[in-house]
Amino acid sequence: MRLVFDRPQSLADVQTHYCPGCTHGIIHRLIAEAIDELDVADRTIGVAPVGCAVLAYNYFNLDFQEAAHGRAPAVATGIKRALPDRVVFTYQGDGDLASIGTAEIIHAANRGEAITVVYVNNTVYGMTGGQMAPTTLPGQKTTTSPYGRDTDLAGYPIRVAEMLSTLVAPQYIARVAVNSAPNIQKAKRAIKKAFEIQVNDNGFALVEVLSTCPTNWGLTPEKSLRWLEENMIPYYPLGDFKVPKEVE
Amino acid sequence: MSEKLLMRGNEALGEAALKAGCQLYFAYPITPQSELPEYLSRRMPEIDRVFLQAESEIAAINMVYGAAGAGVRVMTSSSSPGISLKQEGLSYIAGAQLPCVIVNMSRGGPGLGSIQPAQSDYFQATKGGGHGDYHLIVLAPASVQEIVDLTILAFDLADKYRNPVMIMGDGLLGQMMEPVSFPDRSDVVLPEKPWATTGYTGERPKNIIRSLELQPERLEAHNQKLQEKYADMIATQKRSDEYLTDDADIVLIAFGTVARICRSAIDMAREKGIKAGLFRPISLWPFPDESLAKLGDKERTFLTVEMSCGQMIEDVKLALECRRPVHFYGRVGGIVPSPEEVLDKIEQIVAGRCEA
Amino acid sequence: MQYEFIFAGFGGQGVLLMGQMLAHAAMDEGKKVSWIPSYGPEMRGGTANCTVIVSERDIGSPVVGSPSCVVAMNLPSLDKFEDVVKPGGVLVINSSLVTREPKREDVTVVKVPATDMANELGNVRVANMVALGAVIEATKVVAPDSLVAALKKNLPPHRQNLLPLNREAIDKGRSSV
Repeated sequence: MRLVFDRPQSLADVQTHYCPGCTHGIIHRLIAEAIDELDVADRTIGVAPVGCAVLAYNYFNLDFQEAAHGRAPAVATGIKRALPDRVVFTYQGDGDLASIGTAEIIHAANRGEAITVVYVNNTVYGMTGGQMAPTTLPGQKTTTSPYGRDTDLAGYPIRVAEMLSTLVAPQYIARVAVNSAPNIQKAKRAIKKAFEIQVNDNGFALVEVLSTCPTNWGLTPEKSLRWLEENMIPYYPLGDFKVPKEVE
Repeated sequence: MSEKLLMRGNEALGEAALKAGCQLYFAYPITPQSELPEYLSRRMPEIDRVFLQAESEIAAINMVYGAAGAGVRVMTSSSSPGISLKQEGLSYIAGAQLPCVIVNMSRGGPGLGSIQPAQSDYFQATKGGGHGDYHLIVLAPASVQEIVDLTILAFDLADKYRNPVMIMGDGLLGQMMEPVSFPDRSDVVLPEKPWATTGYTGERPKNIIRSLELQPERLEAHNQKLQEKYADMIATQKRSDEYLTDDADIVLIAFGTVARICRSAIDMAREKGIKAGLFRPISLWPFPDESLAKLGDKERTFLTVEMSCGQMIEDVKLALECRRPVHFYGRVGGIVPSPEEVLDKIEQIVAGRCEA
Repeated sequence: MQYEFIFAGFGGQGVLLMGQMLAHAAMDEGKKVSWIPSYGPEMRGGTANCTVIVSERDIGSPVVGSPSCVVAMNLPSLDKFEDVVKPGGVLVINSSLVTREPKREDVTVVKVPATDMANELGNVRVANMVALGAVIEATKVVAPDSLVAALKKNLPPHRQNLLPLNREAIDKGRSSV
């Protein structure tokens, strides 16, 4: 008998605290697969955010540092500059990266820090109870936008992948989604590429992953996947926004 | 020791950090400490070390967090408003038990304040600054040579305790030039850091650098462990210096630049027949209370002089347990008191014209 | 014995360097020294001053209320610092730029046309060394050779060609006292 499907070595064999139907687990798995396939687990250091993924260090068989809210790119910069031959990645949500940590992500990207950033966008602050995030869609109801996001009051959702792709230094910036099997396959390829860019080309790479939050959206896991497809993807188009020069 | 060089405090501090094995330095420009990043931006690439100008004070302290967690000696520096921005990071660093050195060449506040020297960050440095129960070791040099000696000590203490150590200077010390020599440290072996995140190879448990502990009992136990560490610092890391205290009827208490000014005032007072002396805390935390209390065993008067509205005086009074009168003289706003005005205060106290 | 100096002038007159070179020379003679600048937000063209202390013993306050010597390289500096010179001290005035007589009668006044002398030497920028020559002649705080040696040691390689000019400037200043 041949084993055709197993838990990636880099993914810890533990129960997670994520809500049922949440897609963080899928994204964790894709990262672990990429690290295993590149055979870099023994020299990879992850940086956990503040947000739903605050305990991410428990779910990987990797050395990890937990950063203050929004500061993961600065912490990752410190690690990478101290140990340039290691592989360093951050795992950050949209409140962490696109709100309180905007300065850190923009400048880490702008310096072309050789780190990989996995940016999980689910349009809400999940851990604190579903408040409005910088990524909340116009009209979307959250616990701090009970009448729907009013763009006159709160502005428009930030498209991080597009914004960062205007910078010169980043080598690879893409947006993917984990709402369907084909999209998960594409997400896997993008995340792996984002690690390859660091390992092979010493460059900055960011993958924005559209993810669901059934609990705070008030939807079933299945309806959440559909809501992502119908509402998020039109505003946050999928694709590569910046690719290494030789590919262009 | 090297030959004597005439160096600015800020630059000597940078060179001392390199001598101590500082591999990385992250900072953001702010007066009056910018000579330090400028110096290190020249020197560090020459010896294959990392200088990186961060996008903010907040980013700088978090870069320090990452690099310290990766197991290397690392430093950041700033002046008062920038140190305020670093407080969040300092709390995390203390909580995660990471060794690093932070320099505050402090200036007048509150708010943007001024760029002139001050000591009004004493409370922030010694009583917390960030959230949670934690302490920094705080060292206050009073000369450029002492900046060198204490900076090297700061790196060693940071590693010994896995705790941040602050060098508390002021704008004047950073700008001042004095002769210095540097110890030869080429044969110093730095401690191993088996806890650092260097990559999980399976030869040890995976290393996690964090301050999060959601279970109350475990967080309480973590705090108790930190407190044990602080208790050891209190028992073994108090540092102070005395000048002409033996026969003194009035003892001045001052640190850093102000201690130098007080020394001159004491010399002037002695010329006038007033027996004055100086007690100079070198470690602001832990505060050298026992040595000061000993001075309080004898019938004498105390005068605390600070470039603040009266911060260290609280620790002085605690140390003396209200057994002796403690007077205060302070200048703020970036004004450095002159030896003459300190002498004037001494004379007023001796003449009985001041209420403690 | 302790000497305290305040060197003051326009930014760009090299007053900070005067103080530094004096401190270097005294340090190399084995004396205790300290140097502090005034520092402010103005980067160029403002007033600048520095305080230098040279002593046989450990220096207490690096800040001095009444120095034993003030060097005023321009009129605003004289206006600002004339009153603080210690009685019996020395007041060195760059008489090329200072247009009024000093008021103090309890100090030794040394007038040196430093800017004019520097111009005669072909480079106005050595006015500071002319004045410094006058300072060491008037106070005997360091030997002239120590000052020249300090310059030689501390001028960057691409400025070493200016050493003879600086030496001339120092001598000219000394002879004016």
